[in-house]
Amino acid sequence: MSKSSKKHHWWNNAQYRSLFFQIVLVAMLAGFFWFIGSNTLANLEKRGISTGFGFLSLKAGFGILQTLIPFDESYSFGRTFLVGLLNTLLVSGLGVICATIIGFTVGVARLSNNWLIAKLATVYIETFRNVPLLLQMFFWYFAVLRTLPSPRGSWSAGDVAFLNIRGIYLPQPLFGDGFAVVVWTFILAVIATFCIARWAKKRQDETGKQFKMFRVAFLLLCVLPVVVFFLIGSPLTWDIPKLQGFNFTGGMTIIPELTALLVALSVYTGAFIAEVVRSGILSVSSGQTEAASALGLHKSKVLKLVVIPQAMRVIIPQLTSQYLNLVKNSSLATAIGYPDLVAVFAGTTLNQTGQAIEIIAMTMGVYLFISLLISAIMNWYNKKIMIVER
Amino acid sequence: MKKITWALVAAGVTCVLAAGFAQASTKEEVQKRGVFKCGVSTGLPGFSIADEKGAWAGIDVDVCKAIAAATLGDATKIKYVPLNAKERFTALQSGEIDALVRGTTWTLTRDSSLGLNFTGVNYYDGQGFMVSKKLGVKSALELNGAAICIQSGTTSELNLADYFKENNMEYKAVVFDTHDATAAAFDNGRCDVLTSDQSQLYGLRTHLKNPEGAIVLPEVISKEPLGPVVRQGDDAWFNIVKWSLNAMIEAEELGITQANVDEMKANSKSPSVQRLLGLEGIAGKGLGLNDDWAYQIIKQVGNYGEIFERNVGADSPLKISRGLNALWSKGGIMYAPPAR
Repeated sequence: MSKSSKKHHWWNNAQYRSLFFQIVLVAMLAGFFWFIGSNTLANLEKRGISTGFGFLSLKAGFGILQTLIPFDESYSFGRTFLVGLLNTLLVSGLGVICATIIGFTVGVARLSNNWLIAKLATVYIETFRNVPLLLQMFFWYFAVLRTLPSPRGSWSAGDVAFLNIRGIYLPQPLFGDGFAVVVWTFILAVIATFCIARWAKKRQDETGKQFKMFRVAFLLLCVLPVVVFFLIGSPLTWDIPKLQGFNFTGGMTIIPELTALLVALSVYTGAFIAEVVRSGILSVSSGQTEAASALGLHKSKVLKLVVIPQAMRVIIPQLTSQYLNLVKNSSLATAIGYPDLVAVFAGTTLNQTGQAIEIIAMTMGVYLFISLLISAIMNWYNKKIMIVER
Repeated sequence: MKKITWALVAAGVTCVLAAGFAQASTKEEVQKRGVFKCGVSTGLPGFSIADEKGAWAGIDVDVCKAIAAATLGDATKIKYVPLNAKERFTALQSGEIDALVRGTTWTLTRDSSLGLNFTGVNYYDGQGFMVSKKLGVKSALELNGAAICIQSGTTSELNLADYFKENNMEYKAVVFDTHDATAAAFDNGRCDVLTSDQSQLYGLRTHLKNPEGAIVLPEVISKEPLGPVVRQGDDAWFNIVKWSLNAMIEAEELGITQANVDEMKANSKSPSVQRLLGLEGIAGKGLGLNDDWAYQIIKQVGNYGEIFERNVGADSPLKISRGLNALWSKGGIMYAPPAR
C-alpha cells in the first residue's frame, strides 16, 4: 500500500468523487420516494381504503354546469377530469389575454402626461393589487351579480342577446353546408398575409421601400372571407335564445361564475402586469428615445422600434410569473361555484370516490405541467428577444 | 462529522417507519389526551353550529357530547373541528379527528371503500327541494330546466342527477363548497332551487333574508340515514361510539330523562333501567368504560327525544316533526338493540 500511495487512486479523483456522491444522492432520493410510496400503499391497504386508478372508468353520475365537451351523468370519472381541465384552461387562457390587455393599457396610462389618466391608473393599481383575490371574487360574484335582474326582467340587446343573474345569453351560430369553405379561405388568407409581410420586411431591409401592409392585410383577412361567405350563399343561421319556463333556452350561455372569475382574475393580475409594464418602460433610458427622435423617427416608430423591444426584455420574465400566478389562482374557482379542475375533479369526484391520493396527485401534476409549459414558451420567447451579443 | 450525519439519517428513517406502524387505540388516545376531537359541519342550524361566543349546539354536537361523556365522563371536553363536505373523510382517515358526526349519509361506497365505518343513525333524512314562493311551483316534477344550487361532495349531487334523469327533466347544477355559499347564491336568485337533505333545508331557510319567501316542496327523493363515522379497524372505539347513541335512544324508550335520571337511578325497580344505568349486568365492562357511562350521557346530554326536540324539533326554530325519527314504538324507525 505504501508504494501505491504516491499514485493517484481513482477514489481520490475529484471528478469520480463528485460523480459517486451524486449517484449516491440520487439513489437515496429514489429509495426515499419508493419507501414513501410503498408505505402509503401498504397503509391504505391495511385500513381498507381503495387504491389505484380503476375509478377513472366508473360512471360519474353527477352533472356539471359548464362543459366544453359532451358530458352528462352517464360519462365516467375520467371524463370529469377532462371537463374540469378544459374549464380551467378556458378561464386561464381568457384570463391571460384579458389581464395582458388590461395590464399593458394601464401600465402605459400610469406613465401618461395627462394627470387624470395617470392618477386613475394609479388608483386602479393600488386598489386591486392590495385586496385579496378571494375577496375580489366574492365581490364580483355576490355583490355585483346581485344587482342583475331575474330571468323574467332580463336586459336585452335587440331581442337577440340577454343578460340576467343566470348569465349572458347569446345567439348561437349554426354552420350550414359549405361553411368550411369560408374557414379555409380565412386560413389561406392568414398564411398569405404572413408570407407577404415577410417579403415586405425583406424588401424594406434591402431597398428601404415601404409597403402598405395594413391595407393588404385588411383586404385578405376581413374582406375576402366575407365576399366568399356571400358568394356561396351565406350558409349560417342563428339559434336565438328564447324565454321558456324558468329561463332562456337555446343559444349560447356564458355562466356568471365564469364571468365573475374571469373579471376577478384579469383585474387582479392586470394590476400587477401594469406595474411590470411600467417598470419595463422606465428601464429604457430617455436618452434612447431622444436619440431616436433626433434621427427623425415618428413617435409611434420610436415606441415600436426603440422602446418596446428593450422594455420587453425587462417585462417578459416578470410577465411569466404573473401568468403562472393567474393559472394557479384560477383554482379558487370552487369558492364561487365555477366548475374548474379543482371544483369538479379534486372536489366532487374526489368525494364520490374517496381516492384522495390519486386525485390530488393527478391535479397537482396537471398544474405543474401547465406551469412548466407556460414557462417553457415564455423562456423561448425571452431568448428570442434578448439582446443579440456580437 | 460523517457519523453524525448517518446517525441523523438513521433517526429520520426510524421516525418515518415508526409513524407508519404506530396505530394506538383511539379510546386510549382520547383518554390520555383528555379531549375528544369531533368533526362537525362548518355551520348548519339544528345540527352543528357555533353561536357568537363559539359554543357549539345541534343534534350532531349532542352526539359528540354523548361520546365525550361516555369516554371521558365530561361532555365539555371536546375540540370541535369544523369541516366542509369535501374535507370530512380525509380528516377522519388521517386521524385529525376521532369521530365524524356531520350529517353524513351512510352508503355502501363510503362504508366499504373509504376505510371507515358508520356506527348507526342519529337522524333519518331524505333529500328535498326548496324553491322561492314567487315561482309558484307546487311539485318537484315542475322543475324541468331549473338552475339548482347544491353543496359539493354530497350524495345530493348524485340523487339529483338520478331523479331528473328518471323523470326526463333537465337541470343546471351550480355547485358550492359550503352551506353558506350555497344558501347565499340561492338567496341572490342565481338558482331557482336549493337542494339538500330536508332537515338542512329547514335549517338553511332560517338564514335567508326572507325565510317566508321560500317553501320546501313535499317530494323526498332519497333515503339519507345520517350517522356518526369512525375509522375502520378499531372495534373497541366503534362500539363506544355506536353505544353512546344507542344509550340515548334506549333512555328515551325507558323514559329516562336528563331531569329524572338521578331519581330513576335511586328508585327505579325496572331491571332494564338498572342495566342501562350500570347498576346491574355487564355495565361498562364490555366497552372498557366506567359503569356509569350511560348515566353520564343522560345526565349531561339527555335522551334522544330531548336532544331532538331541543335542536330541531318543537323547542327549536326549525320545528321539524319527529316523523321517521320517532321511536319504533311510536310510529318511527328509531330502534336501539337492548342494553343487556
